[in-house]
Amino acid sequence: MLEMQGISKIYRTDLIETHALRDFSLKVGDGEFVAVTGPSGSGKTTFMNVAGLLETFETGGYRLDGDDVSRLSDEQRSRLRNEKIGFIFQSFNLIPDLDIFDNVDVPLRYRGLGRQDREKRIKSALEVVGLSSRMRHMPSQLSGGQQQRAAIARALAGDPRFLLADEPTGNVDSLMARQVMDLLEQINEMGTTIIMVTHDPELARRAHRNIHIVDGQISDFKPYEPHEELPIQAATAAAMSPA
Amino acid sequence: MFGYYLELALRNLKRNPGLTALMIGAVALGIAVCVMTLTMYRAMSGNPIWWKNDVLYAVTMDFWDPERAYFDDKQSLPPEQLTYRDAVAVYRSDIPARKVIMHKAVGILSIDGVDVKPERYTTRVTTKDFFAMFDVPFQYGGTWTDAADWGPEPVMVISRKVNERLFGGENSVGKRVRWDDNEFRIIGVRDNWLPLPAFYDVNNGPLEESEDVYIPFGWNAALELASAGNMNGWKPEDLKTYQDILGSENTWVQMWVELPDAAARDRFQAFIDNYAIDQKKGGRYLRPLNNRLTRPDQWLVDNDVVSNDNRVLVGLAFAFLAVCLLNTVGLLLAKFLNGASITGVRRALGASRKQVFYQHLVEVGVISSIGAALGLVLGGLLLMGLRALYTTDVNDAGGTQALAHVDLTSVVTALALAFFATLAAGLYPAWRIGRIPPASYLKAQ
Repeated sequence: MLEMQGISKIYRTDLIETHALRDFSLKVGDGEFVAVTGPSGSGKTTFMNVAGLLETFETGGYRLDGDDVSRLSDEQRSRLRNEKIGFIFQSFNLIPDLDIFDNVDVPLRYRGLGRQDREKRIKSALEVVGLSSRMRHMPSQLSGGQQQRAAIARALAGDPRFLLADEPTGNVDSLMARQVMDLLEQINEMGTTIIMVTHDPELARRAHRNIHIVDGQISDFKPYEPHEELPIQAATAAAMSPA
Repeated sequence: MFGYYLELALRNLKRNPGLTALMIGAVALGIAVCVMTLTMYRAMSGNPIWWKNDVLYAVTMDFWDPERAYFDDKQSLPPEQLTYRDAVAVYRSDIPARKVIMHKAVGILSIDGVDVKPERYTTRVTTKDFFAMFDVPFQYGGTWTDAADWGPEPVMVISRKVNERLFGGENSVGKRVRWDDNEFRIIGVRDNWLPLPAFYDVNNGPLEESEDVYIPFGWNAALELASAGNMNGWKPEDLKTYQDILGSENTWVQMWVELPDAAARDRFQAFIDNYAIDQKKGGRYLRPLNNRLTRPDQWLVDNDVVSNDNRVLVGLAFAFLAVCLLNTVGLLLAKFLNGASITGVRRALGASRKQVFYQHLVEVGVISSIGAALGLVLGGLLLMGLRALYTTDVNDAGGTQALAHVDLTSVVTALALAFFATLAAGLYPAWRIGRIPPASYLKAQ
């Protein structure tokens, strides 16, 4: 699914060079749920940006879904982002002057889908996250947890092969965090590969695999181990299911 | 995608109403000033009778001071008008297909027994061919005969404006009016006609509106009419009677001829040259032979209808537009960068640089369209202000009235100017926002 080999990423200013990723190598299999942890400034977000084709890198190779995506044009990278990758951000990044329906519509517009197809996908995605009744609400009219679920719906609407979630629970309270996590797990169970950056060890523990980044390199690697369902999962799943 | 970009543009404009208003205002102001100066320039620089440019000629003859040319800055040119005696003498030639000698006068129009306030009107004292030669349209009736010119017969053509004022716009042919206490019979009503610049008599100003009243040329001698235009002489003369003025070296009569082909032109040139040579024998025409037949386009150039001041003004207007557009570039940059985080999100969701560029360019297009529309309205208001500033005589709407008229060419020019200039101004900001790395805004939002 995702294979990075010896990637290095350097940020340069007039005075200093910062090595954000050093000889970074990682393989993520199809349908995996990987949690990425590490201290601030360790390179987690840079890894996510490179993985999401938002940033280029100096050296190394990157294969996504079997294709070499190391040296693509902006047009090609944008198309891949639109078709294969979904993004979930810590601060939701909903567009404030678009309602939830139109926010979810954004990636579909760039894919050039027809009106009916878009509408069907938007409604379906909002149903998955339990926001069907709020589709004409503005982001400011929703709670933090609802906004994040709307952002997840936006990421899902394009039916991506994998989701990149950068601290998706960072701006919501603990109950909402678990709900969001439950939702991600549901999505993963449907076959979507997920890579999630988190500072929360409890949430990280619920992933199939954890990787720990320090100074732009993977310092610790915990292989996938099946885990027991946490009690909270059942409760949040019940709360989110449509009445 | 255009529809989507348009929808986003309108949303974005609403998001920062203050900034949007500033940008539209800057574009509109620049466009308005350009529309105003371009309209003025166009009104003053066009050839209003271009379709007859090859057959119409202004007649000028150099009888001026042997020691000093008529124009200080254009020494080769003869005076732009003729003396009465020369005009009448040359008018006798039957070479031109049409010929006209004329000048401007002023008279007061009134109607016996009708309660209409007498008004002062500019009047063209002219021979009959004036109307046919310059393709003057008639609403009612027509012109007079050759006999009426020299009779002279008390016949008159009035403008549509005067006809509306005196007779409520109905057909007034056959009705009688008084012109300075002399009774005239109306034989024609001139329809709207506003050749700008007023090429046939530029010595009183190229923006003069066409006269409201026209009477036969023969009334000069009969009524001892004075010219309401410029009258210049080159030597001291003892002018005691009106006949002295008619025989003097003072210039105040304009002459135009219509010569259908080169042969006619050559023959008429020879005619006026021979006339001047004859005059030399009688002690006049002391300067080297310099008689000219000048086409309308050259006539406008010779008479500095479009002065350098006007060209400088147009240049300044465009410089002002450039300053406005530079400000707009700054404001656009500020506005686009202000929304960079949203652009970052769009990029992450699959928008390419090209799509971001086009999206912002559509927004610029919307701003430029609104700016152009507002600029047109502002330009119209400025032109109206200009007219109000220059129109001092209630009867003389003046050529400035035409300046207050934003014609189709000005509208199209302004729209094209606004659209392409603002679009050009928006190219850099739209390109710049597309180049911003999206990742840097995603975390920070």
